[in-house]
Amino acid sequence: MPNQNLIVNGVTTSVDLPDDFTMLWALRDVLGITGPKFGCGVGVCGACTSHIGSQNDAFRPCIHSVAECRDQPVTTIEGLADGDILHPVQQAWIDLDVAQCGYCQPGQIMTAVALIAHNSNPTDADIDAAMSENVCRCGTYVRIRAAIKQAAADIRGG
Amino acid sequence: MRPDAASAGRTASDGGHDMSADVSAAPMPGGPSASRRQFVGFLLASPTLALAAKLDLDRPSHSGPVAASGRGGLIGLPDAADVIDLGDLIVAAEAAYQYNMVLEVTTDNRVRFELPRLEKGQGIATAVAMMVAEEIDARLADVDVELSDARLDRPFTITGSSSNVRAMWEPARALAAAARARLVTTAAQRFGVPANTLTTHDTAVFAPDGRSLSYGELTEAAAQVLVPAVPATRKTAAQRRVIGTPRGRADARAIVTGAAEYALDVDVPGALPTLVARPPDIKGTVVSYDDSVARSMPGVVAVTQIPSGIAVSARSYHEAFRARDALVITWAPGPLAHTSDADIRAKLKAINVPASPTGVLLKTVDGSFEYPFMAHAPLEVRSAVVSVTGDSAECWLASQTPVFALQQVAAALGVPQQNVTLHVVRAGGAFGSRLFCEPVVEAAQVSQAIGQPVKVMWDRADDMRHGRFRPMAQCTIRATCALGNVLSYEHRVAAVETDFRHGFGEMLTAAGANVAPAMFGQAAFTTTVKVPYKFGVVTQLLTEQHYEVPTGSFRSIYSGFVATSNEIMVDEIAAALKKDPYQFRRANLETDRQRAVLDTVAQMGRWGRAMPAGQAQGIAFHDEYRSHVAYLVEIDATGPEPRATAVFACVDVGVPINPMGLEAQVQGVFMDAWTIMFRAGNHLDNGRIREATYNDLPWARMKHSPPQIEVKVLAATTDSPGGAGELGLPAAAAAAVNAYARATRTKPRRFPIGC
Repeated sequence: MPNQNLIVNGVTTSVDLPDDFTMLWALRDVLGITGPKFGCGVGVCGACTSHIGSQNDAFRPCIHSVAECRDQPVTTIEGLADGDILHPVQQAWIDLDVAQCGYCQPGQIMTAVALIAHNSNPTDADIDAAMSENVCRCGTYVRIRAAIKQAAADIRGG
Repeated sequence: MRPDAASAGRTASDGGHDMSADVSAAPMPGGPSASRRQFVGFLLASPTLALAAKLDLDRPSHSGPVAASGRGGLIGLPDAADVIDLGDLIVAAEAAYQYNMVLEVTTDNRVRFELPRLEKGQGIATAVAMMVAEEIDARLADVDVELSDARLDRPFTITGSSSNVRAMWEPARALAAAARARLVTTAAQRFGVPANTLTTHDTAVFAPDGRSLSYGELTEAAAQVLVPAVPATRKTAAQRRVIGTPRGRADARAIVTGAAEYALDVDVPGALPTLVARPPDIKGTVVSYDDSVARSMPGVVAVTQIPSGIAVSARSYHEAFRARDALVITWAPGPLAHTSDADIRAKLKAINVPASPTGVLLKTVDGSFEYPFMAHAPLEVRSAVVSVTGDSAECWLASQTPVFALQQVAAALGVPQQNVTLHVVRAGGAFGSRLFCEPVVEAAQVSQAIGQPVKVMWDRADDMRHGRFRPMAQCTIRATCALGNVLSYEHRVAAVETDFRHGFGEMLTAAGANVAPAMFGQAAFTTTVKVPYKFGVVTQLLTEQHYEVPTGSFRSIYSGFVATSNEIMVDEIAAALKKDPYQFRRANLETDRQRAVLDTVAQMGRWGRAMPAGQAQGIAFHDEYRSHVAYLVEIDATGPEPRATAVFACVDVGVPINPMGLEAQVQGVFMDAWTIMFRAGNHLDNGRIREATYNDLPWARMKHSPPQIEVKVLAATTDSPGGAGELGLPAAAAAAVNAYARATRTKPRRFPIGC
C-alpha cells in the first residue's frame, strides 16, 4: 500500500493508505483528528471544511483523497489557534456567542478564515457568496455574519 | 479519574438524613461511578409537594372563563393548555425523582452538577450552570454542568417540549442553596463566628474580618453537616446577579477549537466504524444478500444482518463505505410501496372533520393549509457507540430520552436493564429527532453479534430517508364574524400520526394523567395548542391517520403547523374585517403580557411604515410554554425568491435565565421557520423519501438569512420561567408568510411556498 505523507497541523505522519482513501476518514479514523465533522460526505454541507496548501485554501476533506492532500500542509480546526492564543475568528465566535450545537462551526470558522485571508473587509454580499455552502442547522447565520465582520476588523486593526 | 480523588473525603449522613444523603451510600444503577464517590456530594429531597402544588399556583391570571370582556359580551373560554400545558406535565412527572439530582463540590473548588438533560445547542447546560452559580455563589467559570448518564431511578427524563429550564428551575437552585448553607455552616465553625455573619461569593465563604475559605477547602467537612446553621433560602429576584445577565455558552471555546466531543468523537478503544446498508423504501426488508465481495475488501471486519439492514463494520469509515456499496442486496418493498404524497393528502382531506355550517347573516372566513413531511436533518447525523460484553453493555448516545434508549438496548440484547450503562453525549442538533434511538439499538445488535465495540453512523441519506419526519398535516380553519368580531373559530387538523412511543405515555401516567396509548396525540394536542385571542367559541380538533412513516415531534409537537396556521388565519380574518393585522391582534389578545411583546415588536420594526411595491411587513404572535413571543418580518418578494430583509422579535419567557442564549434561540428558530415555509419539504414517492442531502432538502443558508435578527428580551415578568426553544417557530413562520402574502397579494395554502 502506498506510503502517504500527511502534514496536518504542522505534524508530518507517514501512513499506509491507498491513494483513493478519503481524506476526512484519514483525519478522523487514522490520525484521530476529529474537529472536521461528517455532515454529508458529498461536499454540500461544509462541516469538514479545513485548509490546504501554502495559501491555506478552504477545502472539503470528505470529497478529497489522501493522494490529493499528501505532501501539502493541511490545517484543521485544531491547528488554527497559536497554542492557547485563539485565531481572531475563533475569538470573535466566542465574543459573539455564535455557536449553538456547534457541530458545523469548525467548518464555518475555517471557511470564514479563508474568506478573510482573501478579503480583509468582506461586505454582506461577499459573506453571502463565501459562506452559503456551509449549512448551519441551528440557524446561527446572523451571528456568523457579525463575527466575520468583527474578526475582519480585528485583523485589519492588527 | 480526577487526580486528587484519593485524598478527597467521604460524605455525610450514613444515617440517611432526609435532606442530605451520601451519594456513595446507596449507588443507584447508572449512578455516580466509583471515582465520583470519592467526592463530597449533596443530595436533596426535593420539595415534591411544592412542585405539585405549583401546578395550581401557576395558572395564568386569565384562566377560567373570561366573561363579559366589554366587547360585545364575547366570551373567551380558557384553552386546556392555558390551565395545564405539556411542560407542566413533564415537570410533574419528574418531580418525584428530583431527589436523585446530584450536585457536588469538589476539593479542587469546582461545583459539579449532573444535568439530566441533553445539551443539543439550546444552551440548557449554560442556563443551569447559571442557576447553580447563582444560588451557591460560585464563579460561573467554576461550575461544571455535565450530562448525566441515563438513570433508572430517574425514569421520566425527557429533553423536550421546551420544558428544560422549567424542570431544572426549582431543583437546581434548591440543591445549590442547600449546598451553600452547609458550606457556610462549616466555615462558621472554622472561623469561630456565627454563621449568619458570613458572606459568600466567588466560590468562597468570607468572614467579617476578611478571612476566607474556598468551597473546595470546606467541602469535606460540609458534607458532615446534618442541620445547617443558616437556612437554604433561595435568592429573591432582586438579589440575583447571574440569572438574567447575558452569558456566552460554557462550551464555546471547546466548540471553536474542535475539542467538543460528539458521539462519534468519543474515544472508545477498538470501536469499529459501522454503516448500515438500508432499503430504498421506508421499512423495506432484506430478501437476500451477497456479501462475498464486501467481505474481501480491505479493512472489513464483519458484515452483520440486523433488522434494519446489513451492517458493515470496518477499520475506518472509508472502508466501511466502500464495502457497504459493494453489498448486493435484494430488498422487499416497504409497506408504503404504493403510497405517495398525493395519496396521503387526499386521505387527510377525507378524514378531517368538516367545519360547522354557518348562518347566512354571518361572515365566514375559511382557510386550509397543507404541510409536507419534514426531516429534522440535524447536522450531526444519527450515531451511537456501544460496547457489549457478555450480558452487559456500555453506550454513548445523544439522547433526548436516555432511559427509554437504555430500555430499548436492554430489550434488543435480552439483558437486564441494570446491566446497561448509557452515557449521554452532546448532540449536534436534535429538533426532536433524538427522542428516538434507532442507532444505539443497531450498534448494540452489531456489537453483540460480532463481540466487539462498534460505532454506528447513519449516512446523510440514511438520516434523511429513514430518520424521523414531522408528520404531513392539513389545517382547515373556519371563523365566523359579525359586527367586526369573531364569534367562533374552528380549527380542524388532520395529520399523519405523530409517534410518541418514546416513553411519553409512562410520563403522562406518572404525572397523573392516565391516557390510553391511542390518545397520546390527543393529550399532547390538548396540552399544547390554544388560541390566545377572544375569538368567541373556539374548538380545535385533531384527527390522526397512522402511516408507516417514522414520525416525530419537530421543534414543538403540533404547534409548528397548528399555531402557524392560526396566525396566518388571523391576518386573513383581519383583512376580511378590514382591520390592521397588528391592531386586530392587539384588540383580541387577553393579557397585558401578550400585548407587551406585540407592541414592542411593532415599535421595533416600525409597523405600518411605507414599503415599496413587492415588499411588505408581516406580524405574528405566539403564546405557549408559559412564554410569549412576537415577530415582525419584512420581506422582499421582487427577486427570484423571497428574502427576509429585516426581522424583529420580542420575547417574554417569564424569567430570562440567559438573555444571550435566549436571543440565539429566537434568532435561530427563524431560519427553521423560513426553511419550512419557503424552502424545503420532503416528498414521499411510492414509499420512498426523495431527498437525500442538503441540496435537495435545501435548508436555508447564509444567503437566505436576513442580515440581522433584532431581538428584545423582556426583563422578568414573573418568578417562574417558561420555555423558549420551540417558542418562536409558529410566530416566525407566520410573520414571514403574512409578509409574503401582503407583498404578493396572495393567500399561501401549501407549504413550502412554491416548492
